[in-house]
Formats: sequence, C-alpha cells, structure tokens
Amino acid sequence: MADLLDVQGLETQFKTRDGVVHAVNGVDFSLKEGETLGIVGESGCGKSVTMLSLMRLIPTPPGTIAAGRAIFQGHDLLKLPMEEMQHIRGARISMVFQDPMTSFNPVLTIGRQLTEPLELHMGMSGSQARGRAIELMQMVGIPQAEERLNDYPHQFSGGMRQRVMIAMALACTPQILIADEPTTALDVTIQAQIIELVKHLRDEIGMAVIWITHDLGIIAGLAERVMVMYAGYIIEAAPVKELYKNPLHPYTIGLMGSLPRLDSKDRHRLTSIDGLPPVMYEKAKGCPFAPRCAYVFERCWKENPPLMRAGPEHTVACWWDVKEGRAHE
Amino acid sequence: MTQDNVLLRVENLVKHFPINRGIIFQRQVGAVHAVDGVSFFIRKGETFGLVGESGCGKTTTGRTILQLYRPSSGHVYFGETDLTRIRGEELRRMRRHMQMIFQDPYASLNPRMTVAEIIGEPLTVHHIAQGSEVTERVQHLLSIVGLSAAFADRYPHEFSGGQRQRVGVARALALQPELIVCDEPISALDVSIQAQVVNLLEDLQQQFGLTYLFIAHDLSMVRHISSRVAVMYLGVIVELATRDDLYGHPLHPYTQALLSAVPVADPVVEERRHRIILEGDVPSPVDPPSGCRFRTRCPIAREICAEKVPDWREVSPEHWVACHLV
Repeated sequence: MADLLDVQGLETQFKTRDGVVHAVNGVDFSLKEGETLGIVGESGCGKSVTMLSLMRLIPTPPGTIAAGRAIFQGHDLLKLPMEEMQHIRGARISMVFQDPMTSFNPVLTIGRQLTEPLELHMGMSGSQARGRAIELMQMVGIPQAEERLNDYPHQFSGGMRQRVMIAMALACTPQILIADEPTTALDVTIQAQIIELVKHLRDEIGMAVIWITHDLGIIAGLAERVMVMYAGYIIEAAPVKELYKNPLHPYTIGLMGSLPRLDSKDRHRLTSIDGLPPVMYEKAKGCPFAPRCAYVFERCWKENPPLMRAGPEHTVACWWDVKEGRAHE
Repeated sequence: MTQDNVLLRVENLVKHFPINRGIIFQRQVGAVHAVDGVSFFIRKGETFGLVGESGCGKTTTGRTILQLYRPSSGHVYFGETDLTRIRGEELRRMRRHMQMIFQDPYASLNPRMTVAEIIGEPLTVHHIAQGSEVTERVQHLLSIVGLSAAFADRYPHEFSGGQRQRVGVARALALQPELIVCDEPISALDVSIQAQVVNLLEDLQQQFGLTYLFIAHDLSMVRHISSRVAVMYLGVIVELATRDDLYGHPLHPYTQALLSAVPVADPVVEERRHRIILEGDVPSPVDPPSGCRFRTRCPIAREICAEKVPDWREVSPEHWVACHLV
C-alpha cells in the first residue's frame, strides 16, 4: 500500500536557559494507510515532540522545527501555512492526549466542544452537528448520549472523558489518529476498555493509528510495526512480532528485561539499565546510549550509529551485533 | 491457618472520611467508605502485595495501618501492641519500627532540606544519634541505597526521580525499621528506572530482613515482588492468596477481569489471550452498592449478590475469597 505519511530528517529543538535542547534529532519513518504504528520510549525520548511537530503544535518560541519534511497527501506538513494546517489538524489528522482533563476547555459543555470541529471543518449547521455529536458519543459507548452533551468535562469520569476525547478526534473521520499515551492516566480495566474501543473504531473507519506509549505491553497487542526512540533518535524499528522475539538494540533488550511479566514462569531478577536517559544539549557525537550500554566499545564513543538494516523489515542503530557477539563491519 | 511469625495483624479495619455540609454549623451528611472492614496479616520477612485500582482504598489502608490516619474502627496489631489503642509518646516510639516510602518522590521530600538533613532527621527526632554520628550514619545509608556520599549536601531538586526515590528509601531505612509500607514506590518512575528501585528494595530486604507492605496498581510488578497478594475493590479485600495461587488460579471475577486486562509484552501471547472487559466505572465509595460491592460490574452477578454481603472464606489453604459464586 502507498505511504500515507512520509517523514524524513525531522529535527526539533527547544531553547532553554541551560542551552538548546535537541529533542528530536533526525527522525525518519513512514506510515501506510490503515496501519497501526507504535512508538515506544521513556519520558523525554522525543516521542511526543515528534508528533507535536508533525501537527505543528510546538510552541514557538522556545521550540523550533529545525529541519525535515513530512509529506502527507502531497503536502509538506512542516511548511504548510498555518491556516491550511488548521484544515488538516482535527479533520484529516487528529490527536488524543494523555490527560483528558487538561485537554478539554473546562467552561464549555462537552456538546459545544464536540460540535465545534464539525461546524468548522465539515460546514455542518448547528442541529446537524448536534445530531452527529450524539452519534459519535454513542459510537464510543457513552450511555445517555443526548443528555450528557449538556454536561461539562468535570462531570465525566476519567475513562468517559477519554472516550469523549476519542469521539472528538474521530468527529471528521480522520485518516490518521495520533494517540499520545491516552491510557496512562487510567486504571487497567478502563485502559482495556479504551484499547478495545480504538481497535474496533480503527477497523471500522479504516484509519491509520500512531500510538505513543512507554508500555511495551500495550503495543504488543495493538501495533503492527514498532519504533523505539531514545534521546531523540529512532534506535530500532521492526514489525511487532519480530521486535519482541528478536530485539537487537541493547536499549530495547534492556527495556524488555526491566519489565516483570504477568506470564513469566519463574521469578528472576529484573535487568535494570544503569544510569539515566540524557538531556541532549547538542547532537550526539557518539551513540547516545553508550554511557548506559553493557556492550559499549570504542567506536560507540566516536560515531553515532545510523539505522541499519538487520532483517527484511528490521532496522537497528547499533555498532554491536548482539546475536553474533561481535562488532558490525 | 498458620499464624506463626506474624509481624502485623489487621482486624476489621474501617476508615470512613466524613462529608460535612454547612459553614458555621457543620453537620455530617455522609461518609466516604474508603476502607470498610479489611483483615489480613503479614509474616516477618515477607512482601505482602496490596493491589487495586485508584480509589479502592489501598493507600488509605496503608496509612491507617501506620496510624497516619486514625481508623474509624478495627485493630492493627504490630507484634503484641494494638496500635489503635496507643497515642502520643508511646505511638511515636512504635513508629521507629515501621516506616513508609511514598509514591511521589517530588512531593515527599522537603525542598528546603538537604539530603543529609532529610535522612538525618529521623535519627535526631528519635534520639538515636547526634552530631558527627548522624553524618556517619547518613553517609552509610547513602551508600546502602547506591548514592554517592558527595550527594549529602545537595537539595532534592538536583536529583532525578529515581535518585529521589533512593533518598526516600534511605530515610525509611534510617531507623532500622522492621516494616516498610511502600505506597506505589515506583509508579512515578520511568520503566528502566523502576527496575533499579525494585531491585534495590529486594536487595535491602535480603540484607536487613525487612518486611514490606507493597501497595501498587501494577499487577505485574506486584507479582514480581510479593509472596502473598490481596486484591482490593471499593474498600474491601475481595481475594487474598499466595502469589502463585492468585495469579495462577484467580477465583474472584474481579481478580480474573483485572488480570486479563493487563497487557503482556508479547504479541504472540496477546493474540491468543481472552480479555474480560468490565462494563462501566467503579461506583462511588460514598454510597457503595448493597451486598457484594462488585456486583454492578460483575459479569456473573445474580440476585443473591445484591441481597447479601459475601462471606470471607478460606476456600483452600491460604486462599481467601469473598464471592457467593465461588
């Protein structure tokens, strides 16, 4: 299938008092129509900033998109004038955020917030939009949809609020849904509800989904392809089964070892990764993971490894061949 | 039931928070039933896991055990002493033996105190050490939790989340307690850092023979660290068993749903798993459902569940459950 979105060389930086933070350092990826892509990484790895850059939601200043292009349906999202971007944002690409409380306007009813994009992007009249809003609320499984349109965000529980958020994101049947840790603030039984809902809607609408998370478990049951990010770089990417069966980057291996599994047979010590993720005040000279890596050798300090092919659809940025136990040429 | 080596015994613990109305003449109009009759015991040297979703009362249980909240009724026996009956100086002396590690390493350390002051404070408060002895002890504690002694004069904001949690652990260890209540000690930390702190807690347990009450919502982590586990829902414990029993043969429908909802980091396993999706949200603890509290979301609820509170029964050795249909 054709690429729906093609991102090349994306770089985003933030000016801070302590210097320029290089949050995203040359990210390349593509997304096919209807595909679900998972992006995994710890806080500060640049996964959210990557997505906010694509949506042009980086506050400028202090942030700047320093380089790159992102082709979506023939347009470069990074160069589009803001007015045109507004026609894409929320209509063709929409986003669901982590905290459903802070992403709503607390003084407007849910109904008003749901109908606004419909009137704006789809040119619906007030009553048309209201009808559609009720449909959307029912679609995401909110009981008594019609009455609840008059409620304010604080009158909904966390799980219900996230459902409304999803209803809002889907209002204009987007081609891409970007979900930025949408279940992190929710309990595990509610998280399961939301994941099922997104899977169901994805298959019904046929949209592509980019799901950002730090939870390797969620991605396992949801995504077709996974990218692992560290310090603003993509350090490994592969189809989901390949990545979990055959992780190649020491960081990916470390992450998987640091997770206790619900189905593991015996109790073993967790393999922790020593040290902390870095804050990048300049582009990495060597590999950004080198200071925490168990396999580090000379070359890692001198050259930052690019993403290299390791299998048919598997790429990894590491100078060390973990499987063979020796350095790559 | 064998009750040898029991360090802590909780009997029918209840904690209700009053809801008041009125400005001058306040009257109580209701109560949040945060903890509603919880009983369990913890053996010396074990890790007892307490899991449940937000608002189920697990944190309140932990704090009520330490008498940070005074219980509405019920008893907490630490060894031979009923903590609910003592107060003042007597209680303060008991507190030496039980400490707490908090969830939020940002909020639980005083930003105006140096690390040395934070860790040293319990030593001076309890008259255990003075002067240079405090400094020595602090340095020793820092090395135990894997921090450099050079950090002693720094302030909490200079540390990362994982390092702050290590400071919190050092403070809890300062008085050489027997019991440590760990209230979601890792949920604010990144995945790679979580493992560091959990490994530290396990090492310290081995080294000092500590007993943990480990409160968390992360079922995988609780399974990893605990020897016995209790599952809470809306103020009550619905199931309690040894780790392998609870995770291998969950009996309560809530435990079953909870376990099935946890994602496993393996796409092949995920493909084959059957997931029990619970309908709706947790009811309000102000007005909990009659009979069994889980019945409003239970996939197999019957009439009796609304009429009668299920008995707390031991269905097999060390495996307790509160459900009419088990």
